[in-house]
Parts: sequence; C-alpha cells; structure tokens
Amino acid sequence: MHLDISTTTEPLVYTGYLRRKALVLVGSLVFLVVLSFISIGVGSVMLPVEDVWQTLLYHTSGNAEMIIWNIRLPRVLSAIVCGAGLAAAGVVMQSVLRNPLSSPYTLGVSQAAAFGAAFAITSLGAGTLGRMLTDAIVVNNPWLVTVCAFIASLGATVVILLVAKYRTTSPEVMILVGVALAALFTAGTTFLQYFSSAEQIAAIVFWTFGDIGRATWNDLVIIVLVVVPCILYFLLRRWDYNALDSGDEIAKSLGIHVERVRTIAMFLSSLIAAVVVSFLGIIGFIGLVSPHMVRRVIGDDQRYLFPVSCVVGGIILLAADTVARIIIAPAVLPVGVLTAFLGAPLFLYLLIRGNRS
Amino acid sequence: MILNVADLSFRYNSHPVLQDVGCTASPGEIVAILGPNGAGKTTLLRCLNAMLRPRTGTIMLGEQDILSLSRREIAQSMAYVPQHIEPPKVTAFDAILLGRRPWIGWDMRRDDVLKVQSIIDQLGLANLAMRHVDAMSGGELQKVAIARALVQEPRVLLLDEPTSSLDLKNQHGIMQFIRSIVRIHRLTALMTMHDLNLALHYADKFVLVKEGRVFGAGGEEIITPEMIEEVYGIPVTIERLCGRHVVVPRSEQTDELQGDLIPSRQVTSM
Repeated sequence: MHLDISTTTEPLVYTGYLRRKALVLVGSLVFLVVLSFISIGVGSVMLPVEDVWQTLLYHTSGNAEMIIWNIRLPRVLSAIVCGAGLAAAGVVMQSVLRNPLSSPYTLGVSQAAAFGAAFAITSLGAGTLGRMLTDAIVVNNPWLVTVCAFIASLGATVVILLVAKYRTTSPEVMILVGVALAALFTAGTTFLQYFSSAEQIAAIVFWTFGDIGRATWNDLVIIVLVVVPCILYFLLRRWDYNALDSGDEIAKSLGIHVERVRTIAMFLSSLIAAVVVSFLGIIGFIGLVSPHMVRRVIGDDQRYLFPVSCVVGGIILLAADTVARIIIAPAVLPVGVLTAFLGAPLFLYLLIRGNRS
Repeated sequence: MILNVADLSFRYNSHPVLQDVGCTASPGEIVAILGPNGAGKTTLLRCLNAMLRPRTGTIMLGEQDILSLSRREIAQSMAYVPQHIEPPKVTAFDAILLGRRPWIGWDMRRDDVLKVQSIIDQLGLANLAMRHVDAMSGGELQKVAIARALVQEPRVLLLDEPTSSLDLKNQHGIMQFIRSIVRIHRLTALMTMHDLNLALHYADKFVLVKEGRVFGAGGEEIITPEMIEEVYGIPVTIERLCGRHVVVPRSEQTDELQGDLIPSRQVTSM
C-alpha cells in the first residue's frame, strides 16, 4: 500500500498544536534558567543577581566567587540534573509499566538504592560518617557506593518486572509491591543503623532524608555521566514509549521488542535512582509529581511529555532546594522533607481519584 | 501480494493451540477466520505477523518468508488491529501518527504528517482528528485504530474481531469501511469474526477453525449447514434472504418455521 501525498495539504491545526507544545518546552527551559540564577544568589549569604552574573561570566574574586563556584553552582546543577533524572525515571516507569502511580520512590527502588549505598558506606568502608550533621557522610569511594546502590535497586526492579510479567497487576497492587519492597529495604537500612554509633545513626537518618548540599563537583561529574546518557536514551526511545501507551499488542505489531524495551527502561530508571540516592539520599515524589503536572498541561504524548517532565523535575527540585535553604535560614532543611510535603498529597489524590479516569 | 500459510503449528507451553494450519489470501480480498470461542482464531492471527512465534510452518508473503524478517520489517508490511484497544490520552492525529513508527528513525518527517493527513482525508475522519481518543465511542475508536494500521502502508491487514464491541449500525459501517479500503488499496485482509452473517455479507473467503485445526477453507460454497454444525456444534439452516445468505440457528421452534422465516430472524447472529 502506498499513500499518495502529492495533493495532501499541510494539517495546520495539528502543526499548530505541536508548536504550542514545543512552546511549553521552551518556556519551561527559560523558566529553569531564570530560576537557576535566582537560586544561585539565595542562601545564608544573599547575592544580587548582577553579582551572580558577573561572577559566572568574569570570574571575579572574593566571597561571591568562592560561594558561587564552590557551593552554590554545584548545588544548583545537582538539583537540576537529579530532578530531571528522577522525573525521567518516573515518566518512563509510568509508561513501560502502564501504571500512573509508578516512580522510583513509590515502587521502593529508591529505598533499595539507599540500602545498597548505606551498606557500601557502613560495611564496605566506602565512606566515613561525619561527626557533624551538616556533613553527614563523607564518601571516599563514590563509584563503589553507586555500584552497591545500583545492585540493590536492581533487586527491587527485578521483583517489580517479575510481578508485572506473571500477574496482570492493577496499579494499586503494584504500589503494594512497592510498599513491601520499601519496607524490606528500609528495615535493612535500619539493621545497618542498629550496629552503628549514635553519631552514625544520626548521620544515616539525616542522609535518608535527602539533601542536595552534599554534592561536590566530583559527585556532579558522576551524576551527569549516568543521568544524561540515560535521558538521551529515553529521548531516543520516545516513540516506543508512545507505542507502549497504546498497549503491548499494538506496540508489538508496530515492530517494537516490547519486553526488551521494558526491561532496559526499568534498568536505566533504577540506575538513575541509584546514582541520585547515592549522592543525595532519598528524594521522594519528584518522579511522580512532575510527569503528572506536565500531563495536565500537554497530555500524554511522550515526544513532549518526556522532555518537559525532565525540565519540570529540575525546576521542582531546584525550587524545593532553594526554599529549603531560606525557610529556616541559616540552617538548611533537607529537601526530601519538602518534596514529600509536595508529593504525598498528590499521590493520595491520584489514589483516590482512581488512575486513568 | 499473496499470503500463503502452510503447516503452521503453535503451542502455549505444552498445550497445542494450532496444528498444521494452512490458508491463502489474495490482494483485494477479505478472508474471515471463523470458529467457536477458543478455537485458536486470535492465536492464528497473532502468528501471522510473528507476534507469537509459530513452532513450525511457513508464512510466505509473495516470495518473502515473514518469519525470517525482523520485527520492524514485518511491521512495514503487515498491520494489526487488536480486539481490545486501550486508548491513550492523545489526539486521534497522534494516535494515527503512531502507525508511522516502523518507518521512523530519529524523528518523524513532514511526509509522515502528510500521510496521516491523507489517510484522515480518505477515511473522512477530519472531524475526529484533534479529539482525544480516550473520549471516543467504540466505533470512532475502531476507525482511528484502522487508520493507524493503514498509515503503516501495509500489504496485509490483520484484524481481530473488528466488530465485536459495536452496535448494528457501526458493525456494518466498519465492515463497509474495511471492504472499500481493501478493494481500493488492494490489501490482503484477514480478520477473525464471530458473526457468521456479517462474515457472509462482507468476506470473500472463509477459513473455519476448530480446536486449532482448519476444517474448511474457500469461498461461500463451503459455508454449508453440515460444516457449521460440525465446527460450532449447533444445527443451522442457511436461508436466502434479501439476496444474501443468512445462517439461522435451528431450535425446535425454528424447525417448525423452516421455509417460513419471520422477518426478525434476519438479524439473528451467532
């Protein structure tokens, strides 16, 4: 069969519709950049936007230079990359599991990663626990921590994939699987805490809240090396995720290796969760909140849903971290607390409303 | 291009579903796969485009062995419309555009969008194009699904129970719709069907399947009361009514009425 398009006219309504979605993407990117500049200036030392601008462009000297390059910039960039990564993992999990309640946090993957990382730090000597709460954990061997976190999160992922494969699970049942996994791995982390000193316990507790302040330039390099290729891969596969949204049968008939796509997507999502948790601790709900906010605005088309969700994930985590820095200044609130305040009500709302109305 | 299936066998675990199935379908023709529930009709359809990998047998599309092709290559020549469509929350245009997936590399090109527009024009779906598919009725959804299959530019069209969830008007609407595109584009169409009368009205050839085996294949002449009784296990009469054949299940009551059908029996379906 061949479709003759010589006399077909451009579908202007549709191309206009796509252009509006592209505008949302551009708009959210612009917002992210503006927010980044504001965020760099905000904290226990307030810096005006001009100073931020000057310092970033011309490398001035003095306090501003030190604060921005050593503390604020890695912090802001980590927030953006990790927020984008968590959102990417969430939106992809929601697609391949066909479950709107999926995210690394709600399925227990983040908790598993936290256990793996805690295990590496306390038992394999990959990190030393700091004496003060503000530098809770000093990671000597970030690669080992990440690998252990990934192995543990893979364990959780394999369980999820098996349940998804052998039972036709409703989204709610899958979330119960997530609850079970989270309970299991949180118990594991508690077990590790039980054999730690009082300072170490405080440190681990603090660490499991999630905080962006501990990311250094070196950490950021690892995070970027993991998260950015994963996001690019997901972007490349956006048509496949669209096909999966129409059901496995249609996806297969469109030439997609459904099982392979699903398995790779889940593994890469848990890799993202693992690396984020290893360096920042557990930050919940970003992977759930940002895709759902974006769905409301531009719908379920993965070609736009995926990239916009990533940008919005970056925005949410960056905004939450900025608020966390000033809300009880000069102290800093762990950002995981804030994202939970934002995400838990939405999660409840999604559960009550019933999925996919 | 002629689709030739020979010696096809398939089993789920150790349970044989299809055994030595063979059939032929030619361009411009609708082949109805008929049989009782659980006969293996849907499995047969899914084997044809290798969604399920048959254990033995060959599926030749012209000179090409379908089973030796990659998933994507198969998708470029065969389109499939499943019985149950799970509508995503996108516009009909987006949903139809998905049919270009087997031809798309990194991203769609302008031609892909134009092809979608062209099929929308041909099928008269312009008023549906920008509506969300998750808010559509069964008939509209089925049309969008068929448009999605056609924009794949396939040579073979496989449909699983295309009329099962539709009302009387939509059943005939969809079947006429399918018949006209099959004729115009010289597609080879195979569909599973439950409604014998609908099949008799629209299909050119019939394949009768029971317990994973082909009981009969051919034109309208093979649809005899004996054959139907053997396959479906129910006695029937075949009457000529308004210029077409109608299969009427025979109960004691209808036996008495034989040859003197009351008009309401026209729409009796299995």
